Amino acid sequence: MSTASLASELGSVRDLPICAQPAQTVTSHPSTSAETMQTIHTPSPTAVPNARRTALRDGTQRVLRAVIPPILGFALLILIWELVSMKTKGIPGPLVVWHAAVALFSDPFYSNGPNDQGIGWNILSSLKRVAIGFGFAAAVGIPMGFLIGRFQFLNKALDPLISLLRPVSPLAWLPIGLLVFKKADPAATWTIFICSIWPMILNTAQGVQRVPQDYMNVARVLNLSEWKIITKILFPSVLPYMLTGIRLSIGTAWLVIVAAEMLTGGVGIGFWVWDEWNNLKVEHIIIAIFVIGIVGLLLEQLLIQLAKRFSYENA
Amino acid sequence: MKPLVQIEHVGMQFDTKKGPFVALSDVNLQIREGEVVSLIGHSGCGKSTLLNLIAGLTLPTDGALICNGREIAGPGPERAVVFQNHSLLPWLTCFDNVYLGVERVFGGKESKAKLRERTQAAIEMVHMAHAASKHPGEVSGGMKQRIGIARAFAMEPKILLMDEPFGALDALTRAALQDELIGVMQKTGATVVMVTHDVDEAVLLSDRVVMLTNGPAATIGEILEVNLAKPRNRLSLADDAEYIRCRQAILEFLYQKQLKKAA
Ligand SMILES: Nc1ncnc2c1ncn2[C@@H]1O[C@H](COP(=O)(O)OP(=O)(O)OP(=O)(O)O)[C@@H](O)[C@H]1O
Ligand SMILES: [Mg+2]
Repeated sequence: MSTASLASELGSVRDLPICAQPAQTVTSHPSTSAETMQTIHTPSPTAVPNARRTALRDGTQRVLRAVIPPILGFALLILIWELVSMKTKGIPGPLVVWHAAVALFSDPFYSNGPNDQGIGWNILSSLKRVAIGFGFAAAVGIPMGFLIGRFQFLNKALDPLISLLRPVSPLAWLPIGLLVFKKADPAATWTIFICSIWPMILNTAQGVQRVPQDYMNVARVLNLSEWKIITKILFPSVLPYMLTGIRLSIGTAWLVIVAAEMLTGGVGIGFWVWDEWNNLKVEHIIIAIFVIGIVGLLLEQLLIQLAKRFSYENA
Repeated sequence: MKPLVQIEHVGMQFDTKKGPFVALSDVNLQIREGEVVSLIGHSGCGKSTLLNLIAGLTLPTDGALICNGREIAGPGPERAVVFQNHSLLPWLTCFDNVYLGVERVFGGKESKAKLRERTQAAIEMVHMAHAASKHPGEVSGGMKQRIGIARAFAMEPKILLMDEPFGALDALTRAALQDELIGVMQKTGATVVMVTHDVDEAVLLSDRVVMLTNGPAATIGEILEVNLAKPRNRLSLADDAEYIRCRQAILEFLYQKQLKKAA
């Protein structure tokens, strides 16, 4: 909302608190209540609807301001897409894709054998791989992050290793996974594990190192047991950092799973993209791009909400 | 009477990037049981350093500190600290913050119900019962400091250490909390060491005011006895001769004898 319009609305919105305030003082002076009550209530029939109307107008304006720019953005995207599809053979336009999507999502959970399953199953099995790989990464990475954050020696020992391995694309680890697990499915999960573990370790360790000294002083003065220190001080203050690690991990995991599945095959959204490419169903590939984007967005939002729940305004 | 805390030839040297820095040197002080002592001095002279030494949060590089007949080798609940910035844990309610200390001190010997009772009593003592279930982020700065004080008192420490407990508060809130503290100290007969910047606060609250010289190598310059009956009332003290004498003595020390060169 622009400041100019805010200022212009402010005058009328102010009515609300002004007529609300005497009502509060009434409760503390019961002797004069009957008298004051009347003087308050006389102007209210006109004042309240007035304020409510401006509040309503204010609300709709805010919604419009929030909604219009994204709509314009999407419209621009669709326009460019339409133009490109008209000029380029093989790229379907928005309308074609829309109809294909309606057909596809009318039956997302069919199953005709392992190589022909509904898009719903494909998304779910990709998510399952991400969940498993990520789960293992959290189980290993969070404790490791705590240890590295708490013990300087471990930090110095492992820091160069992590710095060396972290920039490696997780796909480079796929052959190792195939070699060790002899099967495609766990190998894909293995790449997720590899790419998820670094942000988990690093963010947790950073969180532990940044626990405010004040809190540790409290722990020392109260002479808390190591268990209490972990549960009452370390864990809660590291939690926001850990959630950041989780968010980054899941973000990358979702990026990597598509590529990994293209290489390993099976059921999954990444493999599905590859399959539709072989079938030359380009509209399905475009649908997949949107689906991947939307799922990634939802995961991110979910974790942001979770992080908000556990962040402490410390003022 | 034997002093509760003995500070003997204590020196504190910090290793900094620019080489060793002597913050305190040859500090000698005895604190009796039930006494309220305030430490006053210019910023950076070493008040917090001395308080942290008594708390055991840091150990002296010279001399020794003895509490209750034993050398202070680390922090412990018999020397509770009220931190300048309250240091409440933001994820615990006010009640749970106080309970954490109570549980630690009395947990082995008393039932859960008794522990909760103690916590509740401490919170009521600082008039915070209405906000016990709130988180520190939801109450004002003065209220947080009250809870910090309740946490310290609830542990029934041998000695209570406060580092500028009201330094971050506005004048009105500070006065209200000082009065509250006077009441609590009166009720419990606590031994208190308090760091302050505020001359009036020092005179109003303490039995003795310990004035530190400017650092580096700060030490005790003068000790002033405040011979005012307790409980004290800030209004009636305003033109009390002894009050004015004490105030004058501290101001003289700070602004004539230890005038800080423009830093
Ligand atoms: N951990 C440390 N390492 C190095 N120097 C330190 C350390 N702690 C304190 N000092 C130095 O010791 C001196 C005394 O510090 P201290 O914090 O005790 O002062 P203070 O009297 O409490 O000041 P203020 O009133 O501003 O809180 C300062 O010069 C400070 O820079
Ligand atoms: Mg200080």
